[in-house]
Amino acid sequence: MESRIPPLTTSQSSIQQPGTSAPDFTLNATPDQLLSLKDYLGKPFILAFYPADFSPVCGDEMTLYNEILPEFRRYKAEILGISVDGPWCHLAFSKDRNLHFPLLSDFEPKGEVARKYGAYDAKKGICERALFVIDENGIIRWSYLSPIGVNPGAEGVLDALETMNSSFLKQEQELESRQRVAEEKNGSSNR
Amino acid sequence: MNPETSKLRLDIDSNRDHIQGSDTAVVTLLEYGDYECPYCGQAYPIIKQIQNSFGEDLRFAFRNFPITQSHPHAQNAAEAAESAGSQNKFWEMHDYLYEHQQALDDIHLEKYARELRLDLNKFNQDMSEHIYLPRVKEDFLSGVRSGVNGTPCFYIDGIRYDDSWDIETFTERLRNIVNSKRSDTIG
Repeated sequence: MESRIPPLTTSQSSIQQPGTSAPDFTLNATPDQLLSLKDYLGKPFILAFYPADFSPVCGDEMTLYNEILPEFRRYKAEILGISVDGPWCHLAFSKDRNLHFPLLSDFEPKGEVARKYGAYDAKKGICERALFVIDENGIIRWSYLSPIGVNPGAEGVLDALETMNSSFLKQEQELESRQRVAEEKNGSSNR
Repeated sequence: MNPETSKLRLDIDSNRDHIQGSDTAVVTLLEYGDYECPYCGQAYPIIKQIQNSFGEDLRFAFRNFPITQSHPHAQNAAEAAESAGSQNKFWEMHDYLYEHQQALDDIHLEKYARELRLDLNKFNQDMSEHIYLPRVKEDFLSGVRSGVNGTPCFYIDGIRYDDSWDIETFTERLRNIVNSKRSDTIG
């Protein structure tokens, strides 16, 4: 599937659909740090493609997700932003908005990863506004292409995370409750 | 699931929400806002104008959506308005904060509480113990789950309004809704 040449134009149906494996990527998160898909396997995560750093509204998409981070983390989910901006630009943007999650640079070859996800606007040379919720096994569980001028917000992502009822989350909860029981036992036997 | 048709998931409730206007108004406008957000500051006089021109046809409600990572004073400002609300002065504080957006640090918040003649002991206690933090959080999360995608974010009769909120566009949309609902009742 990854060898298929991605289409040049996108529509809702052209982005990678639920049930498919998330295309692999290795991109700069900072000028000297690379992040790959495999770094995120084992937990649910969100890939948020967006057109450009420094969009001129204070409630922009990345700023909003930054604020909602604790909600994503309630589902043990991480989020990654992706645009074609270079790592130095990301660094400046991230600092300016006080962002607490990584921004990936789909910079060289430009838009290669976005193309794989069907989320590249080749005419404008920028990423579309597209969201992917990927499970702990690297399978896309929800995807959404937003009109480029409309910030999609987070409701769809949170709905997806909620309905995924991911085995990862279940396992974590079971582990936590087992640990609690063990701790309680230890506590009572020490008394 | 589709953010293009984002709907309000926590209905406006006169027992919890801050509302101006009558329950029998033709149209309800809700704002999710941040007191330190400059765009909300720009929207503030526009809402006032809209309220004036629609009169009893319009009901307006406000919920908190502080973007705290960008606006360091937004959370406390929201709590200050809620605290004023507990002394029946929510809208006085709401207006005062938007009219003094450039100074929202704790010292100024206390000054505004004094100027609005609030019970200062209660106000200071509310603020230091963050009594209204859960309420502000509840507003925020209701917004997140309803598709709030920045501030200000408006809902007209429970549907997110994605168009421009300049006075002409906003008025025209509201006017159309009022007119069509009126003709529905008559028809």
